[in-house]
Amino acid sequence: MLSTDPVGAEEFRARRHRIATQDPDAQVHELRQLAAEVRRSVVQMIDQAQLGHIGGDLSVTDILVTLFGGVLDVDPAQPRRPDRDRFILSKGHCAASLYATLAHCGYFPTSELSTFMAPLSALNGHPNRTKVPGVETNTGPLGHGFPVAVGCALAARLADRSYRTYVVLGDGELQEGSNWEAAMTAAHYDLGSLTAIVDRNRLQQGARTEETKRLEPLAEKWTSFGWEAREVNGHDHAQLLSALRPSPTGRPVAVIANTIKGKGVSFIEDRVEWHHKVPDAGQVRTALEELSR
Amino acid sequence: MTAGLIPENAAQTYDCRQAFAEELIALAAEDPRIVAVCNDSVGSSNLVRFRELYPHRLINVGIAEQDLVGVGAGLANGGLIPFVSAAGPFLTGRATEQIKTDAAYNGLPVILCGQSPGMAYGELGPTHHSIEDLSWMRAIADLAVAVPADPAQTRAAVRWAASHDGPVYLRIPRFKIPAVTPQDAPFQPGRSLQLTDGDDITVMAVGTMVSRALTAAETLRTEGIGVRVLNMTFVEPMDVDAVLRAARETRGIVTAEEATTTGGLGAAVASVVAQNRPVPMRILGVHRRFAPTGSASFLLEHFGLTADGIAVAVRELLSHERR
Repeated sequence: MLSTDPVGAEEFRARRHRIATQDPDAQVHELRQLAAEVRRSVVQMIDQAQLGHIGGDLSVTDILVTLFGGVLDVDPAQPRRPDRDRFILSKGHCAASLYATLAHCGYFPTSELSTFMAPLSALNGHPNRTKVPGVETNTGPLGHGFPVAVGCALAARLADRSYRTYVVLGDGELQEGSNWEAAMTAAHYDLGSLTAIVDRNRLQQGARTEETKRLEPLAEKWTSFGWEAREVNGHDHAQLLSALRPSPTGRPVAVIANTIKGKGVSFIEDRVEWHHKVPDAGQVRTALEELSR
Repeated sequence: MTAGLIPENAAQTYDCRQAFAEELIALAAEDPRIVAVCNDSVGSSNLVRFRELYPHRLINVGIAEQDLVGVGAGLANGGLIPFVSAAGPFLTGRATEQIKTDAAYNGLPVILCGQSPGMAYGELGPTHHSIEDLSWMRAIADLAVAVPADPAQTRAAVRWAASHDGPVYLRIPRFKIPAVTPQDAPFQPGRSLQLTDGDDITVMAVGTMVSRALTAAETLRTEGIGVRVLNMTFVEPMDVDAVLRAARETRGIVTAEEATTTGGLGAAVASVVAQNRPVPMRILGVHRRFAPTGSASFLLEHFGLTADGIAVAVRELLSHERR
């Protein structure tokens, strides 16, 4: 198990405090900065490993950064505190983005990121809770994180704990039936402490979701399953912050975060071939330049 | 006692689901972390009384086994001790990947209770038989696989599993079987129970087959054949020392399980024996066949999973050895 980076965890606390107490523009500025750091790390990690899922990593980054930077009640110095909010990345193939977010929040030293997918590294191609602090459940095969999140939310109720549970799902992932089993369970048990966020980048490995197996009308699907559905721009931190608030109705909330796969790197954006393609040296330079603007 | 089917109407046979439910209720009274999770199987898992006593601690996810196991893992993440209960074939077949990833790979104390395993559902047919479960579950790293052989072991298994810091698959027998466990017998992973002494052949059995092995041993004793009967209980982790002792001290090993022979108890024992101290073996079970129509008793007889079948295998081994 990697151990907490005490300096990073302290910086994270200060950053969280700034984000929580600043005016909305300054909040967004802070989250944008964190997102840019994470995206640059993702490109470097994938360059180093010559492996990874760059398109989805870049589409989900703003969601992760908003959660860790502005929403989750977590303390990287105590990653197993019983009352911590639970966060689950169900689209586990976007591990690079999760690892970079966790490292930039102090869960472990950012120097570890260079070991991504190297032999015996804690940073496997898909997240492992027994090795990486901040990972709640091992994901990789799709359709696993959501039922586990439902269990976490039920446990909070049964154990009389006040934590909330958040799960990020890929849009293509919603083709797995287990998600809809979980959606029904969450609605049946009125799990208002549960929020599901769909990274709606409209692309899956082989093609557009709507060409592969249609997901639309997606918001209506969630509503008909008994959820409150909210649709936002998944790269707009202010919209995400607002949408990630619990529902006053007590219903579980589904946030459909409309995103662009490959967001932030012009030649990767919205291109199906960049699901898990690895950029060459020149492309890495261009990507890092674009992400530093 | 003569060899053959143990009569189902004998007063002393038990459906172990009763012991399972009673022990779970007793545990729940002692420990608020105990919860039950089921897939519409409140009745078949014998959880009706549990639900009456602890309505909020029974999570019913409906007919959704993938959700069932994932929810169990989430409950364990939240610090609870979930007993995830469903008919064996659906639990282990429909949710294999959840058992692997959400329970075992996560290293969470999720207790998977395969109800009515083996061919207990008899006439309902192979869709409802759980004979592949031991092969499937044994292939998953870090998952303990235990097969209680009577009510006492079922109670001990439930209690042990609740205290075990890791995932467990428990087979809860429905087919009525007699008591076979001596009082105060330990229940520990990697530990078998030796039920009879004998130096000729060792019979290693689990679950429904343990009482049949004892009946076979009694018959064989009248023929001058000494049989050491081991209730192996844990297919994983296996009692390797007992297997190696049997290989050293007796002339052959018969294994008996109400399961496929491709990867369960027999395959596990054979792997230990073949790599350490080869001895002749017979592996009794169902070999790559779907069962025909018939009651559970009929099917056990059909596949030779009887005291007679065990006795025949023992005699064969001895005659093979003499050749």
